Amino acid sequence: MAATDTASAHAASSTPVVLEREPLVLNNRPFSWISNRICGIIENKQPFLWWILFVPSVILTGIMAFCFVYLISTGVGVWGQKQPVDWAWDITNFVFWIGIGHAGTLISAVLFLTRQKWRTSVNRAAEAMTLFAVMCAGLFPAFHVGRVWMVWFLAPIPNANAIWQNFKSPLLWDVFAVSTYFTVSVIFWYLGLVPDLATLRDRCKPGLKKALYGLFALGWRGANRHWSHYETAYMLLAALSTPLVLSVHSVVSFDFATSIVPGWHTTIFPPYFVAGAIFGGFAMVLTLMIPARAIYGLHDLITPKHIDNMAKIILLTGTIVGYAYSMEFFMAYYGANPFELQTFKLRALYGPSTFYYIMMFSCNVFAPQVFWFRKLRTHLPTVMVVCMCVNAGMWFERYVIIVTTLERHLVPGAWRVFHPTWVDVTTFVGTFGFFMMNFLLFLRFLPVIAIAEVKGVTPQADPHHGDSHDHGIQEDDVMGYEPASCTAPKGAAVTA
Amino acid sequence: MSTTLKRVHGYLAEFDSVKDLYHAAEHVRDAGYKRWDTHTPFPVHGMDGAMGLSRSKLPWLVFFGGITGTTTAFLLEYITQAVIYRTIVQAKPATIMSLPAWFPVMFELTILFSAFTTLFGLLAIIGLPRWNHPLFTSKRFGKFSDDGLFVCIEARDPKFSQEGTKTFLEGIGAKNIELVEDDI
Repeated sequence: MAATDTASAHAASSTPVVLEREPLVLNNRPFSWISNRICGIIENKQPFLWWILFVPSVILTGIMAFCFVYLISTGVGVWGQKQPVDWAWDITNFVFWIGIGHAGTLISAVLFLTRQKWRTSVNRAAEAMTLFAVMCAGLFPAFHVGRVWMVWFLAPIPNANAIWQNFKSPLLWDVFAVSTYFTVSVIFWYLGLVPDLATLRDRCKPGLKKALYGLFALGWRGANRHWSHYETAYMLLAALSTPLVLSVHSVVSFDFATSIVPGWHTTIFPPYFVAGAIFGGFAMVLTLMIPARAIYGLHDLITPKHIDNMAKIILLTGTIVGYAYSMEFFMAYYGANPFELQTFKLRALYGPSTFYYIMMFSCNVFAPQVFWFRKLRTHLPTVMVVCMCVNAGMWFERYVIIVTTLERHLVPGAWRVFHPTWVDVTTFVGTFGFFMMNFLLFLRFLPVIAIAEVKGVTPQADPHHGDSHDHGIQEDDVMGYEPASCTAPKGAAVTA
Repeated sequence: MSTTLKRVHGYLAEFDSVKDLYHAAEHVRDAGYKRWDTHTPFPVHGMDGAMGLSRSKLPWLVFFGGITGTTTAFLLEYITQAVIYRTIVQAKPATIMSLPAWFPVMFELTILFSAFTTLFGLLAIIGLPRWNHPLFTSKRFGKFSDDGLFVCIEARDPKFSQEGTKTFLEGIGAKNIELVEDDI
């Protein structure tokens, strides 16, 4: 009834009609409910399922550590790569994990700058996931160098041999890009955590826990004179991270694109890699958040709207990735380079690893197409299945790019099909354990949802809530479409 | 038994809703107080205007931090590649002419230095970390990180008076007005 009135009023003044927005926190929860629910995860005993997941993760981490010790003590040859396939599972895994690490900063930074307030429920977990994924990623190139104790040679510091790095090499760019990405992600994540650590500090009884949370909360007292600078800092970090997140996977793709290997030497790689990274990263966020939401009862905070939005991003980026696959193929034909075309024919049609190409294409391009339908975007089992497909598909994609190219190099006499060894497989599986272990510890000790940010997007956090309309703060961000009835805050002399 | 001297930190007053707090802040601003603040669990939209705060100077610091990063990367690359350790790879010049290949590292260090400046610049401006603060002696104040909405007017404000400020706070609808005292 009221909606009709508003609609006709707007039609008369030819102002676009503002539709009611879906709330970001369901059931009109008060601030204290949000604190209790999120801090409760940390303060209460962990559910049995947490232990069921944690114990195998620790075991897998141990297996991973064992594999690395075995590799160090024996040599990098325990992995299956041999000439000409010098890069195989290790670099595939590196690119795979780095890609997963892109969603966190994307959700935090890009969605922050574009005022997508729904990000608040998922950004913390996604940022944590980023850090752990980048940690997993960093392991592979570090051990791939062979003599891991010499890995400090990558850093531009004076050494006894007076050798300096080659700054013209994309591999060195990669070192800078990935380490900058990790550092900036840690800063961004930690800055976001500070107010929430203060919440945890204020809820704890005096003791070691309170002291530790207090130490990391830096004495935060929620003063607006602090919030004012804090918000500027947060926005700056978002603005810095946005080009950073795009640069990291671009630089990773330069590892391939700046070489003259047929199948790698293409200009489409940077955007194609970035789209793929966002795609795979969102799939991993959903893979982790849907179970976490069910286990910890976070249904009012991570709503079907959140899942729906992320599914839409997966559909969009999946389609971009599909376009890139097709365009890559088209350019191989159109470029009229026989080596390039032959590489693609071997990749997709009759090479030894065609299976991987088919898996890649069906998991990454066909599977997400179900997300055209709203019903399926919010049907959790479907979303989980599609996300699992995407997770697997993105690994296949990197395998296809790296291994199938090297398997069929320019000279047929040097052709060799790659076979992984048991060390390849267990190391990779082990990194999943390492990733899960870190994520579960994060769930156990730190707030999985950004408490302060979620409070800030509730209707009652709006100082003009209920003034002349009752839609709450979420209407403010309908860019340029503020209703005529929306009055400016009384006496709010907004200083420039 | 020891007697401790107390120093008045200021009045801490609580408000029921964000809306009340927002309007109270406007009143405190208009009354001419300078040493005061609001304490909320989340940043309140538009509160900077209601408090009459000016924009943060942090972006300027970050700008110079970023320039430092770019310069550092450029010098690192120029000195190592073109002066002290010239390596000719793929017949590319080992001079300033290789500049385009140095851009990725210059970009990354710009971001890295800017991010560090953002973090440490922020902490320097807001004066954190600090172990303690007189406000933490208040029992009620701990609520600020949950759902408490507070205004604190400090005693060092020239307009502060123990009677007048209390009456003023009552007048603008404050609840639970508390005189916060700190051990000296």
